[in-house]
Amino acid sequence: MLELVFWFFSAAAIVSAFLCITRRSAVASALWLVSTLFDLAAIFVLLDAQFIGVLQVLVYAGAIMVLFLFVIMLLDLGREGRTDMKGSVGQFVALALGVGLVVELWVLKRVMDAEGGFAAQTAAFQLPEGELARMTEAQGAIGIIAAPLFRQYLVPFEVTSVLLLVAVVGAVVLAKRRL
Amino acid sequence: MPVAIDLSAPGGVALALLPEILLTVWACVLLLLAAWQHRDPDAHRRIGGLALVGLVAALVVMVWFWKSGTRPAGLPLMIALDTFRYAGAIVFLIGAILTVLLSLRYLGRERIAVPEYYALLLFAVIGMLLMGGAADLIVLFLGLETMSLAVYVLAGIKRRSGTSAEAALKYFLLGAFASGFLLYGIALIYGATGTTNLTVIAFQLSDGGLQDSALLSIGVALLLVGFGFKVAAVPFHMWVPDVYDGAPTPISGFMAAAVKAAGFAALIRIMVTALGESTAVWQGAVWWLAVITMLIGNLIALAQRRLKRMLAYSSIGHAGYLLVAVTSGTPAGASAFLFYALVYTLMTIGAFGLLAALGRDGESEVLIDDLSGLAAGRPWISFAMAVFMLSLLGFPGTAGFIGKWYILSAAIGTGQWLLAVILVLGSVVSAGYYLPVIMNMYMREPVERRPDLSASVDLVGAARGVVATAVVLLILLGVWPNRVLDLAVDGSRDLRAPALVTGTSP
Repeated sequence: MLELVFWFFSAAAIVSAFLCITRRSAVASALWLVSTLFDLAAIFVLLDAQFIGVLQVLVYAGAIMVLFLFVIMLLDLGREGRTDMKGSVGQFVALALGVGLVVELWVLKRVMDAEGGFAAQTAAFQLPEGELARMTEAQGAIGIIAAPLFRQYLVPFEVTSVLLLVAVVGAVVLAKRRL
Repeated sequence: MPVAIDLSAPGGVALALLPEILLTVWACVLLLLAAWQHRDPDAHRRIGGLALVGLVAALVVMVWFWKSGTRPAGLPLMIALDTFRYAGAIVFLIGAILTVLLSLRYLGRERIAVPEYYALLLFAVIGMLLMGGAADLIVLFLGLETMSLAVYVLAGIKRRSGTSAEAALKYFLLGAFASGFLLYGIALIYGATGTTNLTVIAFQLSDGGLQDSALLSIGVALLLVGFGFKVAAVPFHMWVPDVYDGAPTPISGFMAAAVKAAGFAALIRIMVTALGESTAVWQGAVWWLAVITMLIGNLIALAQRRLKRMLAYSSIGHAGYLLVAVTSGTPAGASAFLFYALVYTLMTIGAFGLLAALGRDGESEVLIDDLSGLAAGRPWISFAMAVFMLSLLGFPGTAGFIGKWYILSAAIGTGQWLLAVILVLGSVVSAGYYLPVIMNMYMREPVERRPDLSASVDLVGAARGVVATAVVLLILLGVWPNRVLDLAVDGSRDLRAPALVTGTSP
């Protein structure tokens, strides 16, 4: 049953992602991106990461994409018409790069299999079966995210806030009409 | 008395990050001041002066850390507490201080009425400090992004100029692309070793089981592509001439000197600390990068007629020399880098400072031929320019020579004779574009068709002090480098990780 759900959402995510990059209308494209993000949220839940799944829906599929759509509609980019999508050469290059990525994954898998399989290679770093569920039960779904974020990874967390401040200041300095 | 800081306690982390926290708070204060005093040109200069205060304070803290021998109690988590961090930070802070001094009058002259300039410069320095001082790939990446974002904006801060906007956009797009490669590389290295901590990566690799892991090799390759963009190594150098050309000249100098030095500091930290025992994974690739960067950077520079573009291509050639120091993969290479980075900062910012005095409107129109006969009218300015050019060339008697000498000896120390020969060859080629500048100034008659450059040169105030200090230091370090060399050697003392992990003395 679980496996069936996983395959369903994986297929939906891939199809939505494909439609997202092939639609000519910016609004349709953005809506397919929302669908992709929803499917990914479902996969997070399947991986016992419920909190990340909820955040994915709230922040990405919700807040960010609504803002995105709002800007697209505000600038009136939703209509069909002129497009800056590349012609057949650009599509061919993109296809070649995509095939390259798939080949890279395949090679990695081959190498892994030759060296005893992915599970054996990464056994040292893998949580035991069901460990995540047990930890969630003990500390709560948020606790297992919050504790490392605000203890072990406190420095990167704070640096990220500086990074975002720089981005905001930079955007205003470059783009505001009258300083 | 050595101070040990416990990096697992909040107080310890705050103390270890004191210079960065200080600069962040100070940059926020500057932003507030800039918001209140936006229209007043005098206030802009005051904000620049306050930025200097913050940078000097951070410098003092770094020197204090170094003097007191501050080190981590146990494993360095997230932020390193070693002499390489302190030495690198001092180089970046000196670069930033010189840039602020050059900018004080430049902004007014070029009518860049954006007081946030100085706050962004401080943020860029915070990013650099985190890059050079990271003990974890996550902090390193975030530092790099903080620096890059601030520098993208600084490159385009001349809002009325089309070329400046083009430079910013080009730099931003290619930089974002490079960050993608870098992040992918970091993810694959995490996949191969199960950690992002540099010391623990070295520990995971020390048993030799991961030497030929495909994940690790691809990760390191992508990491090198990302850093290749950031430090402008050929074949990832395409953005350099246009971006340096379009950016305001003090920022071009800042990018050529401090931003590049920060990229190299981060690269050396990864290569020596994390991968120092597994050189087979990366040494060949960096070897080739160094060779083609030295050859192509110097050859294309020969064809340049404009001074600013020539300096841009010369900075690519110098990235090649620094890559030679990286290739050795030893603490000796790291100390050669530290010394060369300091010297390179002085001569590059000095040269760009002079260029800023020579021209108007971004200075991209100043031709090398325009310098003809400058020595007759402005002997001191010509002398300073000659010193910078000779030092960039690596002429004996200047600090550039000593710097190159130590890179050569680091390369030869690991048996890289061919690389050393190519470095010397590259320097010989570079004489073909540095010497014409000097010949034009001293041996040619002034050209008639342009307005007289010697009358319009505008080198006053703090900029004059910057150029004079750079000249004096370059000559001083050229004849008496011992003290600074000792510091550079001390600066890479505890860079190798395994000694730290296994507890054996290096």
